[in-house]
Amino acid sequence: MQQLVNTILGGLTLGMVYAAFALALVLIWRSTRIVNFAQAPMAMVTTFIALQIIEAGHSYWLGFAAALLAGLVLGAVVERVLIRPVEGKAEINAVILTLGLFIVLHALASVVFGNRYRSFPAAFGIRGIEVGDMTIALTGFDIFTIVAVLVVMGLLVLLFRFTDLGLRMRAAAFNQEVARLLGVRVGRMLTLGWALAALVGSLAGLLIAGGSLVHPGYMDSVVVYGFVAAVLGGLDSPGGAVVGGLLLGLSLSLVSGYVGSQLVALAALAILMVVLLLRPQGLFSQARERRV
Amino acid sequence: MVAKLLRTPLVLAALGVVVIVLVLTGVDDFRAVQLTQMAYLGIAAGGLTVLTGLNGQISLGHGALMAIGAYTTALLLQDDEPALPLLGVLLVATVVTLLVGAAIGVAAARLHGPYLAGATLALAVAVPGIALYFGDTLGGEQGLRVRVPDAPDWVLDAAYFVTGQDLTPSKYVAFLGWGTLVVTFLGLAHLSRSRVGRRWRAVRDDEVAAEVAGISLGRARVSAFVVSAAAAGAAGFVMAVSVRLAAPSGYSLTLSLTLLTAVVLGGLGSLGGALVGAALLTFLPQVITDAGVSAGLDDIRAAELAPLVYGVVLVAVVLLAPAGLVGSLRPAWHRLRATTTSKGAPR
Amino acid sequence: MLEVRELSTSYGAVRALQDVTFTAPRGEVTAVLGANGAGKTTLLRTITGLVRAQSGSATYDGRELTRTAPELMPGLGIAHVPEGRGVITELTVEENLRLGGLGRGGRVKPAELERIYGLFPALADRRAALAHVLSGGERQMLVLGRALMAEPKVLLLDEPSLGLAPRIVAQLFELVQSLVVDQELTVLLVEQNARSALSIAHRGVVLSLGRVVVDERADVLAGDDQLRHAYLGF
Repeated sequence: MQQLVNTILGGLTLGMVYAAFALALVLIWRSTRIVNFAQAPMAMVTTFIALQIIEAGHSYWLGFAAALLAGLVLGAVVERVLIRPVEGKAEINAVILTLGLFIVLHALASVVFGNRYRSFPAAFGIRGIEVGDMTIALTGFDIFTIVAVLVVMGLLVLLFRFTDLGLRMRAAAFNQEVARLLGVRVGRMLTLGWALAALVGSLAGLLIAGGSLVHPGYMDSVVVYGFVAAVLGGLDSPGGAVVGGLLLGLSLSLVSGYVGSQLVALAALAILMVVLLLRPQGLFSQARERRV
Repeated sequence: MVAKLLRTPLVLAALGVVVIVLVLTGVDDFRAVQLTQMAYLGIAAGGLTVLTGLNGQISLGHGALMAIGAYTTALLLQDDEPALPLLGVLLVATVVTLLVGAAIGVAAARLHGPYLAGATLALAVAVPGIALYFGDTLGGEQGLRVRVPDAPDWVLDAAYFVTGQDLTPSKYVAFLGWGTLVVTFLGLAHLSRSRVGRRWRAVRDDEVAAEVAGISLGRARVSAFVVSAAAAGAAGFVMAVSVRLAAPSGYSLTLSLTLLTAVVLGGLGSLGGALVGAALLTFLPQVITDAGVSAGLDDIRAAELAPLVYGVVLVAVVLLAPAGLVGSLRPAWHRLRATTTSKGAPR
Repeated sequence: MLEVRELSTSYGAVRALQDVTFTAPRGEVTAVLGANGAGKTTLLRTITGLVRAQSGSATYDGRELTRTAPELMPGLGIAHVPEGRGVITELTVEENLRLGGLGRGGRVKPAELERIYGLFPALADRRAALAHVLSGGERQMLVLGRALMAEPKVLLLDEPSLGLAPRIVAQLFELVQSLVVDQELTVLLVEQNARSALSIAHRGVVLSLGRVVVDERADVLAGDDQLRHAYLGF
């Protein structure tokens, strides 16, 4: 019983991170109809930037903030410089481009930061919380993870639903041409969308890294899990990304705990295939006909 | 007239065989091993370029398919006296991978673009895990040793007769690899020019028109996937026999991305390009790494320069190619689709 | 006033507009008529910069439009209601209207929204509804209201009557007419429904295969049986 509770709690925490990453993918998909496969190494790079800052002696929070800021900038630059030319062209261009970027960032990180495993600190401690004489498998950092992701999502909801800027961004995502005729600077909205998505991705990267070992490849499988979570929820739906992430985190945690950690990726693949074959639009997508 | 004759697959293959014999005879064992790597990368890249270039399906999972071929090979070559001759093992490895490819192909046939890429990416990440899970049979992290039987006497005699040299084990494997490549490419070329190949291209260019013309979309996609999977299986065999090991680390996501890079660099849909891509990805890393070392980087970091260069070239190719990659890869269709989403009546 | 001079453009090898020249005066409705594929929609899209003009010009009060990006049109007082209406169906009615108001720059005050709701009471009832549940007529009101939020001086309307019942078309055109009079708008009205369009227009410009073939006062055009039969189908 204890193991089940711990597995579920672990799954929820992990699920939150997948949800954040899936949210990043959904933000980009909604605005530019591109799956940003490079989101994972982008987050990895910003996490390494944070690590450099922390190892140089500065505070954890300075590194944290720097990573988020770096994510913002990186996302904006990537969209403006690399992605803009292929928006609207055949899908294969964006796929190959983001994969190429994936390879470049990976290799760059290896060259600049080295390949060895390094440990990343975790704020709020990594010991389980004690309730009475039980220790729940929920650390301070886990709680921070959950709270941080919820806060960021809340802020995004506020931005999109209640601000003029958010309205413009949504308009640019839903109907570029009409938005242009209404005076929306669509290009800038797309850049902003990518910047915000990269910020969320960076957050996910930091949360996964906390209390763990990092190396250039540490986020690679997250892009798969984030993608599966996003597809599960519906690539069009930010709310779906959250639910998808949680469901996926739970499922994978159960698989890891009761079957074997090596089969987690296979389980994710199985879930992906089931969703794509039975309900391609995901659980929450508004689009009535989803072409996969 | 002569030029046209020279370009038929059979003639090219015959010429190729001659070149291969000459080259393999003339090089040392180290180069022979490198050339074998070029061969197995080329075989897999050939299958992939047909799938992506001719049929429009992006697969990031072909490294995983190679793994299936490699592990099948390893399982059959565990004993000193294997039950099957090498060619038999090749056949089995190819068929097993083909069957797995069929299963995946059926599921993948309904997916497009980024969805297909994402699904095959998940496959690439998942397969090494399977090898680890079934650690007892599949050797776990260290993998399975592959015992390559010695070349039979008649082969040794024939080789000496033709080349005037003793056939070393490395060269034996090299000839095996390149022989497999020639046969595979002949098959792929033949299929490309046949009605099957035309159907593949029709489905890639315009699905609606293809369906109206009576072509079954699903069958065309699955057949393309199956063919490319068979090639990957054969490539896996050659790789296993060359490296003498089948381990999860050799078939990671990196391998799938390497294959994709080879295919893009060589030009989607071009078999010759696949060979060029394979050559680049075999020989260029050393050149780049050496340059890095002489520029002051340590070995490990210098080794990462090669993928950095590929990634940059990949990005550059997409950005600089005038109509994007392979303009024929249905861009018009996509532009048309793009104007009919949430804009009310189509243009 | 809106002046179009020798405007030409192509889609690839196909000439879509050829030396189109006419004037749309202030305070008047100028109808742009012609068969399908004559270039009417292309004309509007070229004026507002969605399509690149290859030669010629379109100016409003002296300002050259063909070299201006579409995003800048609302700032210049030009509202283009595109073919198919251009309702953003994923947004609510009010959000669509707000978006129109944002085009003018600055914040959108509640009073501005109320003004539009005053003109279109049916929209006021549905202000929180997602735009995709609106009927055709309601959508047309929405996009017209959205355009008016930016207080435009020029209104480019592309086939507003498409798919609407005659009664609604009549109401719609009446509204356009009164707006033109009240606010001295310059209106370019692209229509296949030539009869209705001519009933509120001052002038009719007929396009055929990208060229202007008739440029005449609306009452003369409507009265000339030969012209009507030849180009307008009635």
